[in-house]
Amino acid sequence: MAKVLVFIDNPGTALKKSSLELLTLARSLGESVVALNGELHSSVSTTLAEYGVSTVLRPSSEDLDDYLVAPKAAYLAAAAQSTGATIVLLDNSPEGKEIAARLGIRLSAGVITDVVGVDADGTAHKSVLAGSYNTACKASTPVSVLTVKANNVVPEPAAAAGAAETVTVEVPAGSTAAAARITAREQKVASGRPDLTDARIVVAGGRGLDGDFGPVEELADALGAAVGASRAATDAGWISHDAQVGQTGKTVSPQLYISAGISGAIQQKAGMQTAQVIVAVNKDAESPVFEIADFGIVGDLFDVLPQATAEIKKRKG
Amino acid sequence: MKIIVLVKHVPDAQFDRHLNGERYTTDRDESILSELDEYALEAALQLAEARGGSKAGNQVIALSMGPAGAVNAVKKSLQMGATEGVHLTDDALAGSDAAATSLALAAAVQRLGQDGPVDLIITGMASTDGETSLVPAQLAERLGLPQVTFASSLDVDGGRLVARRDADTTSETVEATLPAVVSVTDQINEPRYPNFKGIIAAKRKSITTLSLADIGLDAAQVGHSGSWTTVASAEERPPRTAGTIITDEGDAGIKLVDFLAAQKLL
Repeated sequence: MAKVLVFIDNPGTALKKSSLELLTLARSLGESVVALNGELHSSVSTTLAEYGVSTVLRPSSEDLDDYLVAPKAAYLAAAAQSTGATIVLLDNSPEGKEIAARLGIRLSAGVITDVVGVDADGTAHKSVLAGSYNTACKASTPVSVLTVKANNVVPEPAAAAGAAETVTVEVPAGSTAAAARITAREQKVASGRPDLTDARIVVAGGRGLDGDFGPVEELADALGAAVGASRAATDAGWISHDAQVGQTGKTVSPQLYISAGISGAIQQKAGMQTAQVIVAVNKDAESPVFEIADFGIVGDLFDVLPQATAEIKKRKG
Repeated sequence: MKIIVLVKHVPDAQFDRHLNGERYTTDRDESILSELDEYALEAALQLAEARGGSKAGNQVIALSMGPAGAVNAVKKSLQMGATEGVHLTDDALAGSDAAATSLALAAAVQRLGQDGPVDLIITGMASTDGETSLVPAQLAERLGLPQVTFASSLDVDGGRLVARRDADTTSETVEATLPAVVSVTDQINEPRYPNFKGIIAAKRKSITTLSLADIGLDAAQVGHSGSWTTVASAEERPPRTAGTIITDEGDAGIKLVDFLAAQKLL
């Protein structure tokens, strides 16, 4: 049976949903092995066993977090080689993609990013050119490295829990020599909302908000959603650049995308075209966003959003 | 300083973009200099200017790999102020994936380093066609250099660079020794427009054309044969069609919630 290596970086005390998705996908492809970085809490250990992980690998050194990606890629390459894994799965975050990039060179392995599904034979599915094509791609190398987008697999524990054994992997000497060092790290104020790239629901605001993200944030909180923004809104400084959805920001593919006060210029559309359901609220009936919305409301978002928020709260009791 | 900026000629995102042929390569008609590469070029120009510009021996070399038309990305870079242009072009390069692209670019960088060491290689955060973000990290791995990706600020002092990068929950200060590969985000600067003087000056600047043989690679190492991934099929997605559009008559918020409930999204 194929060995599938899943990289999990600093899970803390509980695995993220996207990690559970990777573990579920891995099990469908073969025997799953986890390469972990950071502390292994017993709660995480239990979950890994529940998800049918046979082996948990841990790095011999603890300072991988002090550098940008290169030593993590070196560790993961050593982990893949020692386990004989033929598929390596990582999350689709910017860092996940970069580790995958360097890992691919180290293993002479093809790398496929933005994956939304994987067949039993390793064929990966993804959409390209801003959602205008669905493609099936395959690595032609013995090992394939795939970064998988969140929200495409339903997390499911294994039929029978295993007992994962822990093995230490030697991080190759010199892997930090040519790496950039992180000299300071500032924690940003946590919003308490889900991460934009992983969120099941995104509520995004644009120029039409005229500086006031309140209605968007309140609707997002009622729905348990992440907050996104158009470039016009982030450039105006109304909200942090991290919230930008679009070609030069984040590409999201949630189950529901609510666009408020965004006209839907092509770059914005490119960022959210693969959302399953799109709702748009805009005063201007001619806005291009209405061409792709499943449900469009021509109206003032300052009326529509608060009314929807109140109605959701009422129905949820 | 000798800075190489990677610039890519990509299909304009304002128009529909297409895949062609049995290998599903990107149709490169109506291509332009990738918007995200303008930030990389601007970052390089600012570093060079702060050190006395080309008069003080600072070089900003715009390097593009691609078919004949890709020379336009180099020309635009020269108009913006790059001191030299290099166009790596060879029919065998067509269809290269990130791994093959990084191999060719690494070889081109080494070739450009023959007449004096390269201090810095700057790229955009992603191309706006492939959008994989893989090439900067793969180039760094192949050249054995530190990579600093997604830099939102960049300072160089002597042989060290200091950059800031912002992730969702943290922002980091990062240091590396030169030479290094840096990719920059669209937050780092405001790229300049080529002015009349720049456009005239660009006409006098030379563009060097490099072939595969010039960088010491053969055809089997690049293009489809040198790629580690293949596209088995590509289907154009049916364009999203408009659904129900209503005009607010005072109850649109409630209708919105009805719609979400019907879609089981609440």
